[in-house]
Amino acid sequence: MGHINQQFCIFDDKSTTMAKAAEYSRSEIPLFTVKVIENVELSPGVFLISWRSQLHFIPGQVVKIAVDRLQPPRIYSVCSGNSGDIMSVLFNIKEEGYLTPRLARYVAGDHLLVSAPYGSFHGDHDPAYWIATGTGISPFYSMFQSGLSHNKVLIHGVSYLNQFYFEEELSWALGGNYIRCCSRESDERVYSGRVTDYLLETNNFPKDYKYYLCGKSLMVVDVRDLLISKGIPYENIFAEIYF
Amino acid sequence: MCVEMKDQLFGKNLNELQDLSLALGLPKFTGKQLADWLYKKEISSIDEMSNLSKKARDLLNEKYEFGLSIPSKVQVSIDGTKKYLFPTSHNKFIETAMIPDDDRKTVCVSTQVGCKMGCLFCMTGKQGFQGQLTAGEIVNQIRSIEEYGEVSNIVYMGMGEPFDNLDAVLKSLEILTSEWGFAMSPRRITVSSIGIIPAMIRFLNESEAHLAISLHTPFDEERRKLMPVQIAYPIAEVVNEIKGWDFGRQRRVSFEYILFKGLNDSAYHVRELTRLLAGIRCRINLIRFHPVPGTPLESPDEETITSFRDQLTAKDITTTIRASRGQDIYAACGLLSTKELMS
Repeated sequence: MGHINQQFCIFDDKSTTMAKAAEYSRSEIPLFTVKVIENVELSPGVFLISWRSQLHFIPGQVVKIAVDRLQPPRIYSVCSGNSGDIMSVLFNIKEEGYLTPRLARYVAGDHLLVSAPYGSFHGDHDPAYWIATGTGISPFYSMFQSGLSHNKVLIHGVSYLNQFYFEEELSWALGGNYIRCCSRESDERVYSGRVTDYLLETNNFPKDYKYYLCGKSLMVVDVRDLLISKGIPYENIFAEIYF
Repeated sequence: MCVEMKDQLFGKNLNELQDLSLALGLPKFTGKQLADWLYKKEISSIDEMSNLSKKARDLLNEKYEFGLSIPSKVQVSIDGTKKYLFPTSHNKFIETAMIPDDDRKTVCVSTQVGCKMGCLFCMTGKQGFQGQLTAGEIVNQIRSIEEYGEVSNIVYMGMGEPFDNLDAVLKSLEILTSEWGFAMSPRRITVSSIGIIPAMIRFLNESEAHLAISLHTPFDEERRKLMPVQIAYPIAEVVNEIKGWDFGRQRRVSFEYILFKGLNDSAYHVRELTRLLAGIRCRINLIRFHPVPGTPLESPDEETITSFRDQLTAKDITTTIRASRGQDIYAACGLLSTKELMS
């Protein structure tokens, strides 16, 4: 269960060079070294990596992560609550990438380069729908763990049943406000189909709620269009795209 | 039987052409000859490279193809604007616009099939991201249109985010501007981006082409709702980076600003734009919004557009209103290719 949130980190892991990375230093947020305390494979190829951190952050924010200074860092949503001293991110392995195959081999005690949290995809106490696909659940899990879930509906779409990361915890806490959509496997507990199918079949979305979207660009664009077609003002829709 | 796909010569730079010549056992200078044939002469097959030996052409034909791709469709507007549709792999399409204006012919090229950025007002984003174009596919959009040879300006403002495919974009610029390539002046080329800062810095370092930034509103909250990239690269940081850059006398930075009715067309926006861009020698291009399906945005009336321009001009910011072209032929980026995909 990891969320590889690579929004707008435009460089293929394998296509960048040391020289290029150096050029970017002018605009890069500084990276500092942290010690990994845990790296757990939550489902095949998806990991939750954690380290100790005293840094304050707003749930929904991102950090940059690198395993060395040879390649530009990549951006991941924080996937942990903001009241503890542990920070985590969820990532999936990109087989041809530079960072994630290395990251997957990390064990407790290894050192990782991480930036301070930043970004403006902020959760708050207003009523909202959290809509995610795959590892896009990260910022919402962070919001959930930070105590922002009391008036939220979480819709999570995945391809396979074992990709409902944090399912037990979310199911227990959110009950009927935790909607799981699975497109390639079925189970009586989950909606069979994509998130967009679920939204298409569902009506009466409250117009005064906020709608947070996180996932790949096509999902975000499709969901945003669907919500707008159902009368949700675009001003109430907040999107974070990753790829 | 497995049919091996041949690599394409068109889109390779001089170093690559020299390397492949050597790898085929040909002299290094064959690379320069190839560049001449590819980028300076109007041929479309290896067999037409008449200053290469038959043996050299056979060797090249075994492993390579010339690499040009002709448009599958062209639409002509009543104002002379043309929209070319080029097929790509997997039955996808990209669009290229040719916009005539007096003695100028500007070509607007695409850099990606679809786009990842998800801007609210953009039709291309509704296709999602379907693939990167190669440098050859980018340059082909100039080489394979009827107006090749008359093209005066090139703008990277078609489908896709150029800075999300920067390696190919930079390579295409190298081919377009090098002496061994098309030898165009980089001052006739503008690359437009939504402002991915690390890539923008690399572009400014490695190219001499003009830069255009899609701004659309100076306010963080508004821009986040229009352009999700604002979360990762806020416009204030993009502009700060530009302020620290020496563009010299020849290179230009401009800001694209699509006007949306009641959203970003107020005097308040003029004031904030003025504050944001203070200290930058730049131009603002105001663009009329042509609604795309499913988008809850509208264009303001002409009076508002003119007033907005005049207010910015009064603040000493050079501001122009871009003429709307080719509206009768799905001129907005992504409209034609999306229609083609769905048909």
